[in-house]
Amino acid sequence: MSQLSEKLAAGEFVVTAEIAPPKGVSLEQELSLAQTLAPLVTAINVTDNQGANLRMAPLAAAALLRQRGIEPILQMTCRDRNRMALQSDLLAAAALGIENLLLLSGDHPRFGDHPQARPVFDLDSVQLLQAARTLMAGEDLSGRPLQSSPVFFAGAAVAPEAEPFELMMQKVHKKAASGARFFQTQAGFREAPLLRFMEEAKPLGVPVILGVLLLKNARMARYLNDHIPGVRVPEEIIARLESAADPLALGIELARDLVALARRHCQGVHLMTLGCEDRIPRILC
Amino acid sequence: MIISRQKDKRELLHHLDGKHKLFLVGCGACATACKAGGEDELFQMQEWLALHQREVTGSLVIEEACHIMRAARDLRQHRVAVEEADALLVLTCGAGVQSISSNTEKRVIGALDSLFLGNVRRLGQYEEKCSLCGDCILNETAGICPVTTCAKGLLNGPCGGMEEGRCEADRERDCAWLLIYQRLTRQGRRGVFARVVPNKDWSRRHQPGKHRV
Ligand code: SF4
Ligand code: SF4
Repeated sequence: MSQLSEKLAAGEFVVTAEIAPPKGVSLEQELSLAQTLAPLVTAINVTDNQGANLRMAPLAAAALLRQRGIEPILQMTCRDRNRMALQSDLLAAAALGIENLLLLSGDHPRFGDHPQARPVFDLDSVQLLQAARTLMAGEDLSGRPLQSSPVFFAGAAVAPEAEPFELMMQKVHKKAASGARFFQTQAGFREAPLLRFMEEAKPLGVPVILGVLLLKNARMARYLNDHIPGVRVPEEIIARLESAADPLALGIELARDLVALARRHCQGVHLMTLGCEDRIPRILC
Repeated sequence: MIISRQKDKRELLHHLDGKHKLFLVGCGACATACKAGGEDELFQMQEWLALHQREVTGSLVIEEACHIMRAARDLRQHRVAVEEADALLVLTCGAGVQSISSNTEKRVIGALDSLFLGNVRRLGQYEEKCSLCGDCILNETAGICPVTTCAKGLLNGPCGGMEEGRCEADRERDCAWLLIYQRLTRQGRRGVFARVVPNKDWSRRHQPGKHRV
């Protein structure tokens, strides 16, 4: 059983962080970052060609984390693989002892470093959740029996601030119905939309892990707004970062407030600290 | 209809290398409407070819170049001019090019790129609404195709990149799922949101495609 699933089931507040596999062949840096993070978190997400930029397959990094006794959450997107490749990777993940999954549609290749690539999207994120569930039940998507079946703890991403809200919630309901056992949210910065989301999501009974992104300065906040789909840093926060004497200190303070908010309303936080992992203890205290 | 546009002239010149005498073919249907391969464009092409020291042995606009038998018949009527040419330069969509190439052993050079099956907003303004997936979901999506008009072709609702109802891949455009949701709501039904839509059956898109009625 994954620690993540056990802790969530026990109602414990969980902390997750993330690493991105390298654009290259050496994982040394990423693994040492993971070692630093490990004592602070329950599990570590390993991103899948994030932002549609080519990197090493997350399966390798997740397996190595596992070998070192660190619990991974393997992210998997529908952008680059058809249903056969996805199922095949899911079986491989299970063989390598990877249980936690975060199943996503994936960013459109238009943003990344291979904009000429043919996007696949043979399945969508809802259908990928169902694929994982089908494999767990001992069958593939064609209904043929597996010789042995995997055990997964599959989660999905949600964007609580997305508008229109009711439209976004339709998909959240489908994800819950398709076997999502936890939700990790897109980075959020405002209380009101989160509370509205939590209110609507409560009847689903799926634990919610709030995405908390450490803002280092106003420039970074602007970059996120312009380039990262679904992330919206409010203008008011950008203005505060702009006039702050020590923007990073303000960013840490904002992140700490969000963690406190999550402790009141959610079941965990997912920290995105982008190179400032040494600040995590201050964000969590 | 099939939306097409002329290839870049430099690319075309490359294909014309070593070919001095050309027979031109256009299409009276789609390529004419797209101003890519009708009477006018054939005439302009002829002038451009003359500038590049090419001779035109004859030309022909087929009513619908995708009609294989009709293309055969029309070509036969221009047998002499076709024989005289080193190659046929065909200003039709890819389907038209193949009607021609299946009816002659001569070298066939396509002068257009085929873009998509297009709806006409007004002449000169075309929109892709259907990508012929063979497994139509329109009845559940209030008549708006997500396979074609969602940048990711998703079947179960919007992705996490939707912002204020705008598409992640192009903020100038409405998210297809917003339009589907709004129209379903106006119609007072849940449509595609009432169930999890299963994986698309791509085998229904017969490959290679043939259909007999
Ligand atoms: S669902 Fe398929 S057949 Fe129907 S409009 Fe869309 S692409 Fe065309
Ligand atoms: S924003 Fe909407 S239309 Fe654009 S890719 Fe996402 S779901 Fe499709």
